[in-house]
Amino acid sequence: MNSEMFIESDLNRTNKRTQALYRTLFIIMTLLLILPVVIILGTLVYKGGGIISIDFLFTDPINGMTEGGIFPALVGTLWLVSVALLISVPLGVAAAIYLSEYAADNWFTRIINLAIINLAGVPSIVHALFGVGAFVIFFGFGTSILAASLTLAIMTLPVVIVSTRESLQSVPYAFREACWNMGATRWQTIRRVVLPNAVSGILTGIILEVSRTAGETAPIMFTGAAFFLPYLPQGVFDQTMALSLHLFVVATQVPNVPDALPYGVALVLIGLVLLMNSISIAFRMHLRGKKKW
Amino acid sequence: MITSNKNFAIETKNLNLWYGTFQALFDVNLQIKEGQITSLIGPSGCGKSTLLRSINRINERLGYVRIDGDIEVFNKNVYDADVALVQLRKQVGMVFQRPNPLPGSIRENVLYGHKLHKPGKITRHQQDEIVEKALSQVLLWDKVKDHLNRPASGLSLEEQQKLCIARLLPVQPKILLMDEPCSALDPAGTAAVEELIWELRGEYTILIVTHNMAQARRASEECIFMLMGEVVEHSLTSELFVTPQSTKTADYIEGRYG
Repeated sequence: MNSEMFIESDLNRTNKRTQALYRTLFIIMTLLLILPVVIILGTLVYKGGGIISIDFLFTDPINGMTEGGIFPALVGTLWLVSVALLISVPLGVAAAIYLSEYAADNWFTRIINLAIINLAGVPSIVHALFGVGAFVIFFGFGTSILAASLTLAIMTLPVVIVSTRESLQSVPYAFREACWNMGATRWQTIRRVVLPNAVSGILTGIILEVSRTAGETAPIMFTGAAFFLPYLPQGVFDQTMALSLHLFVVATQVPNVPDALPYGVALVLIGLVLLMNSISIAFRMHLRGKKKW
Repeated sequence: MITSNKNFAIETKNLNLWYGTFQALFDVNLQIKEGQITSLIGPSGCGKSTLLRSINRINERLGYVRIDGDIEVFNKNVYDADVALVQLRKQVGMVFQRPNPLPGSIRENVLYGHKLHKPGKITRHQQDEIVEKALSQVLLWDKVKDHLNRPASGLSLEEQQKLCIARLLPVQPKILLMDEPCSALDPAGTAAVEELIWELRGEYTILIVTHNMAQARRASEECIFMLMGEVVEHSLTSELFVTPQSTKTADYIEGRYG
């Protein structure tokens, strides 16, 4: 035996250098990834932070939207997101349960899956035009919160279905077998074992949907969101302002808008999404804490 | 060979089974006596798990399974149209290779099956009785009685497997199917679960698939040897291991293949 058997060789050193190189490369890539987020948030806070105040949030826009607040748009976005969620969550979760727990793997299921994937790939402006044709004109809802939310719901449905299905499938198959072998029906198994354990994953999908719904502009532009409407909607058949459209309007359509205003609107929009996300995340962590496996 | 006046709990008649185009069982004719422990041995892929899983019809979920012939449980063909799957599985419980406790506490696991079949409210006291009885039967009560509300997944594998057996008992099954119930356990755990299975003899008809010949020899009264989807030999365990009728059986139990 020689005493040098544990000493680093040249080959070891080369390998170590290569490994360090790749590690650095991956770190840089990751940093590049979060850079845009940091820049966006930084710019918004820097340029629009000053305009945010209680008044800005809770008063109507005045003087051709160059002054005043954004209250109707803020409320409008909350309306649109809530109604869209009320439609898409039950629909999407039910469809996902069917696909994950009941459907056999046959051509019919495959066609449904294909349809869902394709639905996810449809550009939002196409959804918008579909919304106009179907909900505004054919069903006669007019340009209204209902028509806009339905359009948003259809657009975000694939996200809900796919994420719900994935979280259902992540519940171990052994749990289902255990239940069936005690004589539990499919539904008893789903209700008592599968759903309670998949709920945190389902919520993740809903969070994603909230973010997307709140930010979308195209689908609501022709179906329910108004350019300027200095009062609050009274129900789902009213038109409404919305933050995303308002941002588009003050940034491009209205002359003499002070610089800070669009940044302020964007900041509120992002803030709203982050707020809703953090509520859901907190809820999710609470549920996950109760998980027993 | 077998001569006895005991009733048969399970009887298969000319049972053939296909997965798609692959035939997994060939003309299986078996008579499993009530209240006994019968073990199923044979090399991997010989069809023993398939046979086991077709008795409580858990195989059907795969969708591409086709069956020809009868499987009678207490003289009723379980593939008859009027057989409710839920009732069948209530009578014929199953224990799996890997313990599969449900997410939840030990207590919840034991009460789960009971809740499924008796949806009405029962008192806390009645619940306690059910839990104690089931856990005592599987020789687990003394160990866990002080922490029934702990998650079942915190138990050792051996205890988990015992809990999985205990979970079946409040539903009052007649037959317990066990698919290599000890293969995930260490020798001490195996011994403990075997002891438990032996205890349950008489009250339940137990059909146990095992890879472990020593286990079949120790823990069963009758033994069935299967090969390539066919039953080669079915006799008293004491006879099968000492004076096997078929040279195939002899080769297998002497470890020449499998």
